[in-house]
Amino acid sequence: MAHLTTVPTLDPGQDRTLILNMGPQHPSTHGVLRVILEIDGETVVRIMPDIGYLHTGIEKTCEAKFYQQVVPLTDRIDYLCPLTNNLCYCLAVEKLLGLEIPPKAQWIRVLLNELTRINSHLVWLGTHALDIGAMTVFLYCFREREDILRLFEAVSGQRMMTSYFRIGGLALEPPLDFFDRVRPFVDRFPSRIDEYENLLTANPIWMMRTKGVARITAQDAIALGASGPTLRGSGVDFDLRRDMPYSSYDKFKFNVPVAQEGDVFARYQCRVQELRESNKIVQQALDGMPSGPIKADAPKVVLPDREKMKTQMEALIYHFKIITEGFSVPAGEVYQAVESPRGEMGYYVVSDGTAKPYRVHMRSACLANLQLLPAMCEGRLIADVVAAIGSIDIVLGEIDR
Amino acid sequence: MPVAAPITDLEQLKAHPAIACLRKSNPPVIQEVKFDREEMSIYVAHSSIREACALLRDDPACPFNYLSDVTCVDWYPSEPRFEVIYHLLSIPQKERVRLKVRLNGNAPALESITSVWPSANFFEREVFDLFGIRFTGHPYLRRIQMPENWEGHPLRKDYPVEGYR
Repeated sequence: MAHLTTVPTLDPGQDRTLILNMGPQHPSTHGVLRVILEIDGETVVRIMPDIGYLHTGIEKTCEAKFYQQVVPLTDRIDYLCPLTNNLCYCLAVEKLLGLEIPPKAQWIRVLLNELTRINSHLVWLGTHALDIGAMTVFLYCFREREDILRLFEAVSGQRMMTSYFRIGGLALEPPLDFFDRVRPFVDRFPSRIDEYENLLTANPIWMMRTKGVARITAQDAIALGASGPTLRGSGVDFDLRRDMPYSSYDKFKFNVPVAQEGDVFARYQCRVQELRESNKIVQQALDGMPSGPIKADAPKVVLPDREKMKTQMEALIYHFKIITEGFSVPAGEVYQAVESPRGEMGYYVVSDGTAKPYRVHMRSACLANLQLLPAMCEGRLIADVVAAIGSIDIVLGEIDR
Repeated sequence: MPVAAPITDLEQLKAHPAIACLRKSNPPVIQEVKFDREEMSIYVAHSSIREACALLRDDPACPFNYLSDVTCVDWYPSEPRFEVIYHLLSIPQKERVRLKVRLNGNAPALESITSVWPSANFFEREVFDLFGIRFTGHPYLRRIQMPENWEGHPLRKDYPVEGYR
């Protein structure tokens, strides 16, 4: 593992090599990632990711907001899976408060989280294939993504920045026909995955660009902090949804796809299989959707229903107090991790007993996964760098925060 | 809303694999323990953080082989001002533990754990950048989020939310 700990400085003193700057404005860097390459001909000698171009200080901003005001900020971290971030933050604060969430709210959370995972994987698949030169897949993926975004709009009023989960439950009851709108999508989607696979899985060009490329062993992946499909593509069978369940994931049956090879193709296979598994979870959530309230019974934390505010004095008082003063959270600290489409998304929330979080830290799966890049690319061709960056599925909003 | 009181008695918590592992070490590295909201926190002496991490990683009974996260909390103006926080995960045993190190506000420095987990590289750079804590033995301790010539460390509590004007 010597190559993992060596000093990543670039020394232009050797006359054989050349320093090449890739990004931050480059279509295959998925946002504003800058990669500094030291190349010898077409071969990458050293590679150094340079981040921070999208740093907006969200962690600092959180410290100046009430607990409930942080939810919209969490959308902006990983803009491809806003609901996963909403969920992770809400779970962390609910753990601090000791809140019980009603089953229906938990199941809707699971349903929407899996739709988000499909949405995020579709963007990944489309752009990753586009990077490597398969243009058609992109159009197919975005066709299905559009359906999911319409579902998000129906449920939350927003296509991307959903902010639909609240501390203590959900913002609103989903529309009456919502589940009937999800069902046709779920029925149709497996055949759509077959379409993508028809275009890619057995395609000789795709295989040549991905098989054996950017290989990483299980040992290196763990040492470098990889998580999610990047880790499972190297043969480590670990998924937080199954192994450390949250939000009633233990009530769902699904497989965790694992591939052994650790190359770009293995990570591709894991994610495509995950599309099918997520679809299964959505199906189960639809079939077994419990009835009941969608908000916890905690009047000091959860905003009252509009109707109650018109008839009950207490409800109006609580509403006024939550909006103007927030609610205080007992002092303590909590680390809550969820399986985001990219890996382990963690929120570390520290409370000092007031209505504003003392510290909110987001553990970014992409930041850790990005550290794999040197181990994947050094000694390989420049063209493989593009495949490697695509295969770890980075979102710069989450890396830089 | 019932939240159970935290347990801080080391004897009650000694069955936890991380504590059992660290208790065997010599000299003792555990300063304090806290079990709160189903999560275990262990305060470790700041001189022995690297040793504690290595012990936990190589523990045969419950190897905490994965470093989830490194971060920091600034308790300004109280002293010791900083708490550096390590979240470890045991992938085989599905167990988490949190290590904490207290640091004084005056020139805070700590031994880097990049030799135990290379993944600490970016996490420690971020803590250095945003809190100004030096990690000795880090291979490349440079700012990661802020520009190279930035003044101050934005996540410190004495740094205004809107920045210096």
